[in-house]
Amino acid sequence: MEPVLKVENLTKVFTRKGQPDYTAVNHISFEMSPGECLGLIGESGSGKTTVVNMITRLLDSTEGRILLGGEDITRLSGKGLRKAYREMQMVFQTPTDSFDPRCTLGDGIGESLRNNGWSRKAAKDEVVRLLEVCGLSADFAGRYPHQVSGGQCQRAAIARALAIRPKLLICDEATSSLDVTIQQEIIDLLNELRWTKGSDLSILFICHDIALVQQFCEYVLVMYKGDIVEQGTPGEIIQDPRDPYTKRLIASIL
Amino acid sequence: MSTRNEPTVRIQKIKKDTIKTRLIIFGALALILLLCSVFCEHLTPYDPYLQDLKNAKAPPSLEHLFGTDRYGRDMLSRVIVGSKTSIFSTLLLVGIVTVLGTMVGVFCGWHGKWIDTVLMRISDMFLAFPGLVFAMAVAGVLGGGLQNAIIALVAISWPKYARIARSQTLAQKETPYLKAARLSGSGTWKIIFKHILPNIVGPILVTSMLDIGTMMMELAGLSFLGLGAKPPTAEWGSMMSDARSLLSSVPWVTLAPGFAIFISVMIFNLLGDTIRDYADPKSRGR
Repeated sequence: MEPVLKVENLTKVFTRKGQPDYTAVNHISFEMSPGECLGLIGESGSGKTTVVNMITRLLDSTEGRILLGGEDITRLSGKGLRKAYREMQMVFQTPTDSFDPRCTLGDGIGESLRNNGWSRKAAKDEVVRLLEVCGLSADFAGRYPHQVSGGQCQRAAIARALAIRPKLLICDEATSSLDVTIQQEIIDLLNELRWTKGSDLSILFICHDIALVQQFCEYVLVMYKGDIVEQGTPGEIIQDPRDPYTKRLIASIL
Repeated sequence: MSTRNEPTVRIQKIKKDTIKTRLIIFGALALILLLCSVFCEHLTPYDPYLQDLKNAKAPPSLEHLFGTDRYGRDMLSRVIVGSKTSIFSTLLLVGIVTVLGTMVGVFCGWHGKWIDTVLMRISDMFLAFPGLVFAMAVAGVLGGGLQNAIIALVAISWPKYARIARSQTLAQKETPYLKAARLSGSGTWKIIFKHILPNIVGPILVTSMLDIGTMMMELAGLSFLGLGAKPPTAEWGSMMSDARSLLSSVPWVTLAPGFAIFISVMIFNLLGDTIRDYADPKSRGR
């Protein structure tokens, strides 16, 4: 089966005048099959977010290729890129900041639908359906981001990401800014979405909390200073960590 | 806990109330000025252009509240009619500068790269000259007239707005919601009009409100120097310039338009200050 996402030799070097080049991501490669949930863990500054930003093309890569459903999106722009975004969506780390403070949550969720030719009425109905799927009532569509809690806002963000039914959902530290109980709720919601009948949603789950990754992902990549230092199933990694960083990470939670 | 917080809460509330009161008072005063300039023809006691040489240089009296000038024209009527030119040209000028500067700034901030560098270096060049001197040079080259004075002032004032709009756009560009909008498949225009502009319009509007007073003075200044409105058009700046040789013998002819400039500049400045306080969430004490 063709992988949903294939990353080959992805590299990002930041160049600044008067400073040595900084390699944030160093030749990493991995792939995800449909329906898979892949965890990407690492400490802050290890390059997780840079990887995600390159995959979503919010940042240009220095080297390497990104294949989304077999199509090379590494250098796409404009219309082609907007088409690629129908297959790939993202949930951000800070829920409240990921919605425009001047637009209602409903506007934010329906934006991708409207951009893909849905009528105002159809989009509105779909937004209500999506909110319900994500455990929010219909009246949230008319609220502004500052009027809802972080957890509710993150649910709305998931609803937005799912609106155009992408094949790949990227969660960049989607649970990090929430408290523990709400974190669990969001994980449960994501799990529920994955196992809905007929869904082959793949999730790239970026996180620095190995406990969360363990209960949620089938396969884990560990990043350290721009490299993938270790990979395997969560069980393998926790039981038999080889890399010094992974060992420290696991020691820290035990 | 609650007793300790109470005084601060009360102070904030009082502060909020005074800002609101100020907003209403200065808003009403500015509105009166505007209405005055719209309906100026109906408010004048005499024809502002009618010469009555027998009654020239008459001091202020009950018949002529602000006296008459050297041609015997009623100063009160001229000041009232002058408000049309002065206030409308100022508002037009501020409007053009705001829109033009914002357009350039948003474009630079959004596009970045070499276009940004080129336009910002040009704006640096404009900012490097002393403003009014540069405006005089531009107006002088273009030849006098109110229209050219406005063009000259637009030329010197846009960089300020471009800079504000650019920095605001750059800040917006990094926000997660703008990334989310891009992921939603929104094109450049939609992102600019739906997400960027509504979020940056506040500080820009406040700046332009604060600038109304300054612009009014600069426009009057150019007219005073003979580079703006030409006599006999009633415009405060040119009226003052017209009478300056008679300052010692008939001071009211200079003082009347001067007073009008003073009052309206002050009203618009105070209104701008109040709007700035009102728009600042910290002073609103939520």
